Amino acid sequence: MTNTLHRFQKPDDPKDDHVVFTLTSPGINDIDSLQKARDFLLTSLKYNPVNLAGGSRYGPMFRPEKDLNPFKLYVRGRKEHVPPEQIIAEMSPPGSALVVFDKKQDLEGFLKEIKEMDLGLSVNVSSLVEDVREMAPRTGVWPHSINYALGFRGDLHRLPDRQVLALTTLCGHGLIADNFARKMIDRVKEKRLTPEKAAGYMAKFCVCGAFNTSRAVRILRGGR
Amino acid sequence: MHVDKTKCVGCGNCVAVCPMGAIYIGDDSLAEVNQEECVECQACYKGMSTENLPQQPTRFLRNLLAFFKLRFQPDPDICPSGAITRDELLWPRKVRRVFSDPQMPHESTGIGGRGTMEVKTNDVTGRIREGEGGLTVEFGRPGVGVYFRDVDKVCQALANTSVEFQLENPVTALMSDVKTGQLQTDILNEKVLSCILEFKIDIEKISEILKVIEDEVRQLDTVVALGLAIRCDSKGDDAVRSQLEELGFDAWRAKVNMGLGRPTNPTPAREEAIL
Repeated sequence: MTNTLHRFQKPDDPKDDHVVFTLTSPGINDIDSLQKARDFLLTSLKYNPVNLAGGSRYGPMFRPEKDLNPFKLYVRGRKEHVPPEQIIAEMSPPGSALVVFDKKQDLEGFLKEIKEMDLGLSVNVSSLVEDVREMAPRTGVWPHSINYALGFRGDLHRLPDRQVLALTTLCGHGLIADNFARKMIDRVKEKRLTPEKAAGYMAKFCVCGAFNTSRAVRILRGGR
Repeated sequence: MHVDKTKCVGCGNCVAVCPMGAIYIGDDSLAEVNQEECVECQACYKGMSTENLPQQPTRFLRNLLAFFKLRFQPDPDICPSGAITRDELLWPRKVRRVFSDPQMPHESTGIGGRGTMEVKTNDVTGRIREGEGGLTVEFGRPGVGVYFRDVDKVCQALANTSVEFQLENPVTALMSDVKTGQLQTDILNEKVLSCILEFKIDIEKISEILKVIEDEVRQLDTVVALGLAIRCDSKGDDAVRSQLEELGFDAWRAKVNMGLGRPTNPTPAREEAIL
């Protein structure tokens, strides 16, 4: 469902990107898994997620609007995102869910609570591995298996610059175009768009909801 | 994908949003799609908001504004006239969408996204055990794309080593022979946004396998992203990270399975699944 492994990040970057997702395995823990995945998302709301999704079918918090008209554009204003309650209501079996946090303490609190809930679903954290290990004694959750990102190889000249790459890899499925990220960077620099607005536009292309708008805002402001 | 020329107003917004850079403004000042570069990811169709403005009045207004040195500029994520159109895809072009549109589940694994499970459910499936490594080679991301003919070269080179291709994987499902790693010939000229090859290795042979991959991908017109999945010991530690760092890899970021999964279905359902 996600592809959050190769987000462009270094250990000394601000620790503002933690993706948590849950998955079921058919025949093993998929009975009643939809309700459990809903509970997973409902619980996450206490910890200020910056993005969330209940599977990629209907899309995450940030979604395109397919029926705009001049009234909606210039009078009512555009919808920035859909409410989490709608996402939870739309979820369909077997039930998978994803949340993005921008603070380590939120991730820690969430993991602690999810452990206590004992949903029986597989829970994965995509983040800096040291951070996950460091909080393990407090959360009571230790790594079971790890998929390490080993970086890019091949014709690296084809990769964009660091700032663009940091933005585009926030959607692991590569749906945010280099050109679009560059356009957003330029428009923010030109003060034709706020970083928040630009991050919201980009987030709408990431159908899995793994796009971290908070981190994107920091990058758009010129941070690493 | 294609652009409906009877609707397009030529604003150019779709040009920037295409991850493959396949959309351009043609000689008629309207958008066009380069079919060879388009990987059918649907980012333009699904990701853009639409306003459904009529073409002729909008173009007239646009030209009028341009005459007065003013600009018609919709929000950058809007197609003002809903001109992006999906095509019905036939085999083998269909494979482009299956591998590029994350909302399309892979028939071979039933999973959306890139269709791979890696160690995301290893706590209940035991796919990777202690001492084993699950190597993932993701071809073509981000936004660079890859032809299956290039994937085929790496698969065949790896087949000559001791790797064991993961059978529940969308790329393995396209192999005509898993022993040789050869992909079906009818898909070789198809381009996708990205695809992930998974295989098991003996951790002791990791440097040998990585060298084979590096030698092969150096000759390709694409980028690959590597990942190594391992099973931790009972304390959540692993000896592989230091080994990776000795080999010059920066193993900072990872997807960590927290081990909270457990079999919860009643036993008969589990037995049925195994059968």
